[in-house]
Amino acid sequence: MCMKQVPETTEVKIDQAQNRVDTGGLTRIINPYDTYALEEAIRIKENSGATVTVVSMGPDEVDQSLREALAMGADEAVRLSDPAFEGSDPLATAYILARGIEKLGDYDLIICGRQAMDGSSGNVGPGVAEELGLPQVTFVRKIEELKEGYIRLQRMTDDGYEVLEGPLPMLITVVKEINEPRLASLKGLMKAKRVTIPVWGLSDLGADPSRVGPSGSPTVVAKVAPPPPRSGGEIIEGTPEEQVKTLVAKLKAQKVL
Amino acid sequence: MTQEAKNIWVLVDHRGGKVANVTLEALGLARKLADASSQEVWAVLLADDAGSVDTERLIACGADVVLVAEHPKLDAYRDDPYTDVVTHLVKSYEPAAFIIGATSSGKSLAPRLAARLRTGLASECVDLEWDGEKGLVAVRPMYGGNVLATVETPEARPQLATLRMKSAPRPEPDTSRTGRVEKADLSGLEITDRVKLLEAVETGGGEVKLEEADIVVSGGRGVGKPENFALIKALADACRGAMGASRAAVDAGWVPYAHQVGQTGKTVSPKVYIACGISGAIQHLAGMKSSDIIVAINKNPDAPIFKVATYGIVGDLFEIVPLLTEEIKKETA
Ligand SMILES: Cc1cc2nc3c(=O)[nH]c(=O)nc-3n(C[C@H](O)[C@H](O)[C@H](O)COP(=O)(O)OP(=O)(O)OC[C@H]3O[C@@H](n4cnc5c(N)ncnc54)[C@H](O)[C@@H]3O)c2cc1C
Ligand SMILES: Nc1ncnc2c1ncn2[C@@H]1O[C@H](COP(=O)(O)O)[C@@H](O)[C@H]1O
Repeated sequence: MCMKQVPETTEVKIDQAQNRVDTGGLTRIINPYDTYALEEAIRIKENSGATVTVVSMGPDEVDQSLREALAMGADEAVRLSDPAFEGSDPLATAYILARGIEKLGDYDLIICGRQAMDGSSGNVGPGVAEELGLPQVTFVRKIEELKEGYIRLQRMTDDGYEVLEGPLPMLITVVKEINEPRLASLKGLMKAKRVTIPVWGLSDLGADPSRVGPSGSPTVVAKVAPPPPRSGGEIIEGTPEEQVKTLVAKLKAQKVL
Repeated sequence: MTQEAKNIWVLVDHRGGKVANVTLEALGLARKLADASSQEVWAVLLADDAGSVDTERLIACGADVVLVAEHPKLDAYRDDPYTDVVTHLVKSYEPAAFIIGATSSGKSLAPRLAARLRTGLASECVDLEWDGEKGLVAVRPMYGGNVLATVETPEARPQLATLRMKSAPRPEPDTSRTGRVEKADLSGLEITDRVKLLEAVETGGGEVKLEEADIVVSGGRGVGKPENFALIKALADACRGAMGASRAAVDAGWVPYAHQVGQTGKTVSPKVYIACGISGAIQHLAGMKSSDIIVAINKNPDAPIFKVATYGIVGDLFEIVPLLTEEIKKETA
């Protein structure tokens, strides 16, 4: 499964001079959607004896989140990191992850979160699927059946869900509804502390340098800004009856009722 | 793809002959961009039988050309056939930009397409502009709505964007507009189809869709228990709107997850958002901050929701909400 480490997003600051988001000093966590992906992978392992490998692209700090994933029940973790990977957009990220997964070799199911909390593009999962030539199902809310070479699942849509079936290997992205993630045990965390996590760079992956980092990234973020501020408006006073009458009159005056 | 790529495409998201509102919103927006840059707007319609879709209406809403691709494998949205066919169309006609509604199918197709075409995609945009040199300039929220980023695709074409529902006004259909319908040639195209759709289940049961509603009435922990959500529902019905909820109410099991508004739920941008018994945590605000008018009903005058509310009522929701429902029924009867 693919896991991303993200900063807690509630207090992001914008570095106006650098025109980028300043994430220094923020607590770093496993992307919340990826905890569902990880939990689902571990449940499959418990039911079928599969092994779970966690792949993440990112800097040294990511090891801490990978250890957390191992403590939850993953078997192996690999980190993809290289100075050349810096500045990768979702397409370049998907390319790098796909090369990492290819190097790992044998896989039946790749699970991603529906989106990352920081950039929240939701682009990386389908990008990895395309790069590996795999079928995909996005926004999965339930795996109904999983056996050799076959999967049947439920996919969340705007007004309900779909039931789909297809061949393995496949890539899926999962939504919050799929499960309730467990917490890492203390014992697991202690054990995971001692694990050495392999780090693979550009040459280990045999990756094409023109497809990673800025040169492999068709998009650029030209500007970041805080959203337009919303100032508090007016508190409507009076008895409940008066408050309600005033409010309805105001809404009617603006033709929204 | 070359820099000579031209015209702005909009994917027609449709089911059972009904075109999604976000497609019309995207057509209206594309019209604006195309007028500013002397380009055409193309509505791209994939179907097994396009006859059920009203192409005149697509033209009235801004399209110059409706490009129709018909194939038995395009009976319902599936990633494989849609990606294959759209890729083929893009390579044949070379559009400059392609706008896709951020629906559950649009958000699945767009990234797959971007990877296949090796082009840039800006996801869940809230605004799009046209720049003479850069082409499509996309504005999209990041970090749970705390940051607005401007995303550009300087070289690769087409520039892809998914557009969030209700981010652009729905255009008034102009029946005097003229346009043409063009049939795409799919002969000889190999179409993969690995995942089979067994069943599509609608759970909303005819309710107004949260993301498409003009008025959303949401309840939070202040509602107290599941039965009390009937009050919230009654107000939503009186407004002909949809019902939302905070995560606290969803986690407590009072309301299904499909109603959750916020960072880990849905993003809504209605004309009026009425928050009842919701404190206004930043993760909740992330999902509703861009509503035109925000009304807050909360008994705690210091609740953060009042900092973003257009109109605030400090009071007990059990008193205010039923009165409000009655008053609205009376005034809109
Ligand atoms: C990673 C992450 C993601 C999250 N995602 C979301 C999300 O998507 N959506 C979301 O909503 N939250 C989300 N949260 C949770 C969020 O932080 C808050 O905990 C949650 O929004 C609180 O819900 P609430 O306002 O209903 O409850 P509370 O904060 O408990 O507020 C209840 C309010 O009701 C008022 N009240 C009580 N009784 C009455 C009454 N009789 N009349 C009037 N007012 C009354 C109280 O004054 C209070 O202000 C997320 C949190 C995290 C960490
Ligand atoms: N750097 C990364 N390392 C590992 N997985 C990632 C990375 N970035 C994104 N992903 C995966 O792709 C999903 C969608 O991310 P995004 O497209 O960035 O919103 C995440 O939930 C992860 O499963």
